[in-house]
Amino acid sequence: MSIEPANPGRRQFLKSSAVLGGSLVIAFYLPRTMKFAMAAEDPAKTYPPNAFIRIGEDETVTILINKSEMGQGVYTSLAMLVADELEADWSKVRVEAAPVAPVYNHTVWNIQATGGSTSVATSWEQLRKVGAAGRTLLIQAAADTWKVKPDSCRAENGYVIHTPTRRRLSYGALSAKAAELPMPARVKLKEPKQFKLIGKPTRRLDTPAKTNGTAQFGMDVQLPGLLTALIARPPVFGAKVKSFDAAKSKAVAGVVDVVQVPSGIAVVAKDFWSAKKGRDALEIVWDRGANADLSSAKLREDFARLARMSGLPAKERGDATGILAKIAKPFSAEYEVPYLAHAPMEPLNCTVDLREDRCEIWTGTQFQTADRNRAAAIAGLKPEQVELHTTFLGGGFGRRGNPQSDFVSEAVHVAKAVKKPVKVVWTREDDIKGGYYRPAFHDRLTAGLDVKGRLVAWTHTIVGQSIAIGTPFEGAMVRDGVDVSSVEGAADLPYAIPNIRVDLHSPKLDIPVLWWRSVGHSHTAFVVESFIDEVAHAVGKDPYRLRYELLTKHPRHRGVLELAAKKAGWGSTLAKGRGRGIAVHSSFGSYVAQVAEVSVEDGQPRVHRVVCVIDCGQVVNPDTIAAQMESGIVWALSAALYGEITLNKGEVEQSNFTDYPILRIDEMPAVEVHIVPSREPPSGVGEPGVPPLAPAVANALFAATGKRIRSLPLSRHDLKTA
Amino acid sequence: MIALNVNGKSYQVDVSGDTPLLWVLRDHLGLTGTKYGCGVAVCGACTVHVDGEQARACITPVSSVGGKQVTTIEGLSAQGDHPVQKAWIEVDVPQCGYCQSGQIMAAAALLAKNPNPGDADIDTAMSGMLCRCGTYQRIRKAIRRAADMAKGA
Repeated sequence: MSIEPANPGRRQFLKSSAVLGGSLVIAFYLPRTMKFAMAAEDPAKTYPPNAFIRIGEDETVTILINKSEMGQGVYTSLAMLVADELEADWSKVRVEAAPVAPVYNHTVWNIQATGGSTSVATSWEQLRKVGAAGRTLLIQAAADTWKVKPDSCRAENGYVIHTPTRRRLSYGALSAKAAELPMPARVKLKEPKQFKLIGKPTRRLDTPAKTNGTAQFGMDVQLPGLLTALIARPPVFGAKVKSFDAAKSKAVAGVVDVVQVPSGIAVVAKDFWSAKKGRDALEIVWDRGANADLSSAKLREDFARLARMSGLPAKERGDATGILAKIAKPFSAEYEVPYLAHAPMEPLNCTVDLREDRCEIWTGTQFQTADRNRAAAIAGLKPEQVELHTTFLGGGFGRRGNPQSDFVSEAVHVAKAVKKPVKVVWTREDDIKGGYYRPAFHDRLTAGLDVKGRLVAWTHTIVGQSIAIGTPFEGAMVRDGVDVSSVEGAADLPYAIPNIRVDLHSPKLDIPVLWWRSVGHSHTAFVVESFIDEVAHAVGKDPYRLRYELLTKHPRHRGVLELAAKKAGWGSTLAKGRGRGIAVHSSFGSYVAQVAEVSVEDGQPRVHRVVCVIDCGQVVNPDTIAAQMESGIVWALSAALYGEITLNKGEVEQSNFTDYPILRIDEMPAVEVHIVPSREPPSGVGEPGVPPLAPAVANALFAATGKRIRSLPLSRHDLKTA
Repeated sequence: MIALNVNGKSYQVDVSGDTPLLWVLRDHLGLTGTKYGCGVAVCGACTVHVDGEQARACITPVSSVGGKQVTTIEGLSAQGDHPVQKAWIEVDVPQCGYCQSGQIMAAAALLAKNPNPGDADIDTAMSGMLCRCGTYQRIRKAIRRAADMAKGA
């Protein structure tokens, strides 16, 4: 997602404490500050359903996490924010997924959701205040017990200590008393030098469960009598069921029912395998509809044609078009990137137990409020009657945060039809063919150089579907017809070029599209950072040097660029056949530069090493930052090398990891991550490692081979040199 | 009814013989640590041991494991303390974690055969195991660490 946090934390306040099960419970919410296109209920009416901290008499500190754990480490990093200020004993800290309630809403978006690399950035003040409030209350409770002044006491590692007498009481012993106290009007946050957890490499709290088989993903949910459903979805986007014959399907042992739902025909069975066999036996006649002839070849032609026409302005500085018209030989290039599937390792699934007056849902989602509200509407219930349990997500990457709530909606429809608890499971083929892709783009850029070879004008026309238009996010993401997520990373070009124009065409197609890890940046960084490299070579400048010189007003870009070049040994001699490429890009408030070292083996790229430097402001868990950079690099390299969803006669041509390959361990480059120390507020980490990789690799391939690759995936190109 | 032995326990399940072991484990025995990722033996998320050899449970018909010992992630060690599991925790390998049961089972099978694998051995043995979060660098490190641990280092 691409919604920038607008001063997160400024408007937050603490509400109250409440007793729950005899333990201290601290709730926290903020008034509605952002008008969102999605209905949000009045927090006061449902407060407090639960809260962020529970301290038990057994000293266990349970922190409820209001963000979805999908690998990015929030169950640990968010717990660190609370625990540091609380002065909790980290070995006593446990985490739990928060239920759905307004108190757990995202502090900027005002819905419960995880995305846009915003979790730490937008919880930074909020959760430290929660922890500090807890610490203040526990100190007060101890001071009251000892009849001393609170400021003669201090909190340390799960205890309150009366400094003069060294008396101490544990948090477990103080919890019930603290819960009776009024919330402090204001709390004092630690100075950075007082942090004990924040900034230190901290092992993830969820690792043990993820090494012994006990971590529960949505796929693992089990209930008495739970049925499994597979849905036969349209072979072409927008196709409709004309008729179907379920006789052979129902004859399969274990098949319980076959029902039509809006997304297709659901085969409901006692277990997955029966449902799968039942679905294989289904006979469906489809009305293939308006997209029956859709093909990638045709779409590419259409996009290329649009790219030669001016689109809706997304950025205008100076008179780029006018200047280019006067320049004798402007320098142009066109780039293409394909549709991409998220393909999280855990295929989509959702379990629903729908009763007369309530509905329970278990699923790994990034979009709790939207999913719950959609489920309620389908079930004919009020949102409060729907209880949604967030499990671990076997990868999210944006696919599990869908404004259309696709995988939750259809599961509620199936449960409604069969009137029994049911888990709808997507096969890998369903996942790859099922849409909600990163949109394909075609970009045309032109650079104008003055007589001294200085870059004076830059135009960039972008063609690609909008992920926001027609969704509840249109209001928040579309400005004057321009989906900001289509142009992010291009319209905010950091290079000092006096005349810039960026414009956009958003063709309307029925191919479902969605945010995909790093969203618009996943394409704009490739295009912009490849093209600036082309400009550098065109004017005979070192690509690192040219970038550095054009980043006069962007010290944080420069900082990561310079360090990456240094750590990678930019300019030093490489082994024969190897090339080095560099790219720098800012996304989600962070700055990342990468240097890739590549060679060509049998005409195919081989990436040996990636040096990655990130500046993400204040560091919370450096180990998580390194892990996310490694992860972003693998993610981006998979896409750069292989990722491609194509259509032929309306059907998606890929189906599984066989024809939608992802990187394997034997292709894994050596990745080095360096973090720039900073006291700026924390910014995104989950996504910013993705954008610079593809251009760094493409630029390195140019350095190695002299071949400029302007379309992805790279594996489509033969890089054999002579 | 089909008889099978999983993690040292005997079970009788009422399924057709072509049912993949994966779905018997997950849907009938409640052993959900073994994961479904692709269904066609290309991702490795369903990796288990059958008589000590690694096997892809998603394409292994349950009828073929009748007299054999099946080991899943739940049975790899009593307390989650197999050297591979300990190394995985020490190196903090998992991210989303979904593929990690399979990764751990494959790594354990590798080390059982080759207690001192080199980098190329690791890459070869693990190249069929996909991780969408990209934990490969840590997997390499954790396997080397587990090898050291098993040697008492």
